[in-house]
Amino acid sequence: MSWLMLVIAVVVFPGFLFTAALGLFSSWLDRKLSARLQWRVGPPWYQPIADVVKLMNKETVVVEGSPRFTFLSAPFIGFAAVVVVATILWRASIQPGTGFVGDLIAVLYLLYIPSVAMIVGGSASRNPYAALGASREMKLMLAYEVSFLIAVFTLVIKNGGILSLGDMVAYQQSGSPMIAQGLSCIIAFVVSLVYVPAKLGIGPFDIAEAECELIAGPYTEYSGPPFAAFKLTKAMLSCILPVLVITLFLSSAWTPWAVLWYALILVVLVLIKNTNPRLRIDQALRFFWGPVLILSLVGIVLATVGL
Amino acid sequence: MDIYGKQPGKLARWGLKKSPWAFHLNAGSCNNCDIEILDVLTPKYDVERFGITLVGSPRHADVLLVTGVVTMQTLPRVLRVYEQTARPCLVVAIGACACSTGIFDGSYHVVGPLDKIIPVDVYVPGCPPKPEAIIDGVVKCLAKL
Repeated sequence: MSWLMLVIAVVVFPGFLFTAALGLFSSWLDRKLSARLQWRVGPPWYQPIADVVKLMNKETVVVEGSPRFTFLSAPFIGFAAVVVVATILWRASIQPGTGFVGDLIAVLYLLYIPSVAMIVGGSASRNPYAALGASREMKLMLAYEVSFLIAVFTLVIKNGGILSLGDMVAYQQSGSPMIAQGLSCIIAFVVSLVYVPAKLGIGPFDIAEAECELIAGPYTEYSGPPFAAFKLTKAMLSCILPVLVITLFLSSAWTPWAVLWYALILVVLVLIKNTNPRLRIDQALRFFWGPVLILSLVGIVLATVGL
Repeated sequence: MDIYGKQPGKLARWGLKKSPWAFHLNAGSCNNCDIEILDVLTPKYDVERFGITLVGSPRHADVLLVTGVVTMQTLPRVLRVYEQTARPCLVVAIGACACSTGIFDGSYHVVGPLDKIIPVDVYVPGCPPKPEAIIDGVVKCLAKL
C-alpha cells in the first residue's frame, strides 16, 4: 500500500476524521437522549464540535512544578493510540480478510493506552484531585480488563483459534455471527457489554472522572488543546468500543444492520447511565472481580466443552 | 473579557459563544445567589441547549459566575481562581453583593465589590436574581462576543 493511501487511511478514512465525526455524533446522541429522558430539549447537533473548537482556542496552562513534557504529551499519546486502533478496526470490517494475524491482540493492547495516558496525565498534574482520579482509574483498569480478556478468548476458542480481526469478520460472514454460536458466546457478549461503559468511564462506572467528588479527576489541570485531545480520545473510544463489540460478535460493522446494532448499544448504555447512580470504587472492584469474572469463567469453560 | 494574547478570531468567537462552560465561585455569599444559580442548571431552564454546562475545575471554564461580596478570607482565593482560569474567560458578577457589596456595605470584613478585585464583564443585580435574570445576563455576556 502506498504511503499516500496509508496516510489517508489513518487521517481521513477510516482513521481520525471519520471516527472522530462518528464519535462526536455518539457523544451528542448520549447528551440528547439523556436530555430527553430528563424532559429537557438538549444541545443541538453541532454541540460537541463547538466544544472541541472552543477548547482548541483556549490557553494551555501548565502547572508550575509539574513535569512539563509528560503533562503535555500524555493526552496526545492516548489520542495517537486510539487513531491507530480506529484504522485497524475499521479496516477489518470494510475489507475482511486483510490485516495481520494477532491484530486482535494488538488492538486489545492499544486500547490500554488511552486509560494509561489518563493515569499518567493525572499523576503528572501535581494536584491531589488528579492523583486521586488517576489512582481510581488504575484500580478500575485492574477490575475490568481481566473479564473482557477472558470473554475475547472465549470467542477465539469458539471460532477455532482465529486471532485476526479481518479473518474473524470473514468467518462470521461465511457462517453465522458469533453471538448465535452458543451459550458461551452470549455470555461473552454480556461481559463485553459491561466492559464498554467501564472503559469509557460512563454509566455507573464514571468513577475516575467523578464530577462532584473529584472536581474533574485526572483532567483537573488540563485546559486548551491537550484537554481537547482528551475529549476527542473519549469521543473516538465511544465510537470504537461499540464497533469492536459489533466486529467480534455481530459480524461486520460495515453493513446496514451494523448501524442498528451501534445505535442499540449506545441507547442501552445511555439508559443504564441515566438510571443508575455512580458506584464506589470498592463496589466496582467487587462487581468486576465477583459476578462478572465468574460469568466470564463459566463462558470460557463452556467454550472449551463445545457449547 | 480577558484574552491574554491575541484577539480571538471568528472561529474562536463562534466556539466560545456556542459552548460557554461555567464555573461557579462563591466569594463569601450568603448562598441565596448560589441556590439561584443551582436552579438555573436544573432541567426546568435547560441551559444545556445553549451549550452551558457546569464544570468542576476553573481550568475548564469560560464563564466565571461569581457570587458574594468579596470578604477578607476569600480575597486570595478569588484572585487565585481567576488566575487559574484559562483565557479567554468572562466574569459575571451575580447578585447585589457582587455588583456593589449589597447589604454588607461598610461591614468589617468586606474588601469590596467584585470589580475592585477582578475585571467584570456582566453585572446581574438582584437579591437574589431570578434564574431568568441570570440567564439574561449570560446571554448578554455572550452577545458581547
